[in-house]
Amino acid sequence: MLDEAWTLSPAVALRLEPFGALAYHFGNRKLTFLKRPELVTVVRALGEQPDVRSALVAAGIPDAQHPAYADALAGLARTDMIRPRTSEQEAVA
Amino acid sequence: MTIAPERPPVTAAPRPTGGSLVEQFELGLDAPICLTWELTYACNLECAHCLSSSGRRDPDELTTEQAEAVIDELQRMQVFYVNIGGGEPTIRPDFWHLLQYAVDHQVGVKFSTNGVRLTPERAAFLAGPSCAGYVDVQISLDGATAEVNDYVRGPGSYDMALTALQNLQDAGFTDAKISVVCTRQNIGQLDEFQALADRFGATLRLTRLRPSGRGADVWDELHPLPHQQRELYDWLMAKGDGVLTGDSFFHLAAFGEALPGLNLCGAGRVVCLIDPVGDVYACPFAIHEEFLAGNLLAEGGFKKVWQESDLFTELRSPQTGGACAKCTFYDTCRGGCMAAKFFTGLPLDGPDPECVQGYGEQALAGDRTIPSSSQDHSKAGPTRNQPVMLKLMTRPPTSACAESPLAGFEPALSSGAHDQKGCCS
Ligand code: SF4
Ligand code: SF4
Repeated sequence: MLDEAWTLSPAVALRLEPFGALAYHFGNRKLTFLKRPELVTVVRALGEQPDVRSALVAAGIPDAQHPAYADALAGLARTDMIRPRTSEQEAVA
Repeated sequence: MTIAPERPPVTAAPRPTGGSLVEQFELGLDAPICLTWELTYACNLECAHCLSSSGRRDPDELTTEQAEAVIDELQRMQVFYVNIGGGEPTIRPDFWHLLQYAVDHQVGVKFSTNGVRLTPERAAFLAGPSCAGYVDVQISLDGATAEVNDYVRGPGSYDMALTALQNLQDAGFTDAKISVVCTRQNIGQLDEFQALADRFGATLRLTRLRPSGRGADVWDELHPLPHQQRELYDWLMAKGDGVLTGDSFFHLAAFGEALPGLNLCGAGRVVCLIDPVGDVYACPFAIHEEFLAGNLLAEGGFKKVWQESDLFTELRSPQTGGACAKCTFYDTCRGGCMAAKFFTGLPLDGPDPECVQGYGEQALAGDRTIPSSSQDHSKAGPTRNQPVMLKLMTRPPTSACAESPLAGFEPALSSGAHDQKGCCS
């Protein structure tokens, strides 16, 4: 996953909260809690970076924690909170 | 230019970071997760245990324009969905308009109804593209048979609910909810409720009876007996996987293993109630002046009440467990339901009246004063739809059924995806 391009699902809205954020999927109506502000930064950076690893680096996540973040992102992918970016969608940045 | 506040604001201690999700939720959020909005106090029924003592419309109920403004504000605050109830919300003439307005403004709706207005046409509308899957329908049913249901909800109410479920199913509306308040009379029908849900392609939702509203008058007779609480717990453990509970049974955690979901009283922290006149209470089961935080028609609107009211600030400050702190189950039971304690006259920092360790019964046997209700919209005289139970009582009653806080898991960094279970509608 670390070398792939991902993005926040278009059906998802993030609501910032003191502990991190709530992510709500308007399509499947699942509510998920992002339990760290850093994870919120990563999730938001996904769409602007060429791949997941770059998003982690941009958010200042130390290399050692990349696997843990990859796990968390995989969990978010299971409910379509984030999804793989297709080739036509170019990274914005 | 605003005028300086007359009172200094209550300042909360700096918020600790980290900790569990429950701990973070206890400190409150910028906007509620589980918001219940009762649109009217009017109701066609008069259920014996109505949490909001509904029956008659209040002349000061929000106008259509005021209600639209509330939805606009909820959209700005990113309250992603609301639980709409009453009274019977569908008898407000602008109900369907407000439903559409909410959906069009990214505020999903789950509404509770006794089914009175769920005609085939309305069912088709709900299943159709204009609701875009943003609408959940919850039909209240408090008995798996007419006999048990109509005893508390009134004659004809069982057939009305089943007709509504049939109309929804025929229209292709998927996954309606059958919402049951668990009582002494219906705990033995859990399998039958599940069979009913299966028959209509619906999801079963079980919630706890609280002594709120008219529920206070009938609680002694309706609330499950200790061995029935055990029966309910065992049933949920064995068969509760696909069943919604609104996380309302966390006091049962003290039987052993905690039930799935977030174990916490969300009142004023992640949960609140907007009543038909715009008053904001800590929880739908706490409609009493003690838990009134403010009115959203005042300057600053709902946001100011939610974020700055003295009551909510206090509810978000660290609480002591009182007499419960020594209990081994305090971590998951958290002393149970604030509203249940309040309306039975028990101290808020002590055990729940239905404490499964038996401390509630002891407390109930001691000195206590049951608070008098601070609002009552019950119908004045006896009516045709009055449930048998009420005829046996001296004082009138109506409808609605709801529940409580949140649902959650705690994996490392994120998450847990929840359907909208974990709320209070
Ligand atoms: S129903 Fe009881 S436990 Fe649930 S939020 Fe309200 S007061 Fe708290
Ligand atoms: S003593 Fe308090 S914490 Fe322990 S089970 Fe009873 S209500 Fe829950």
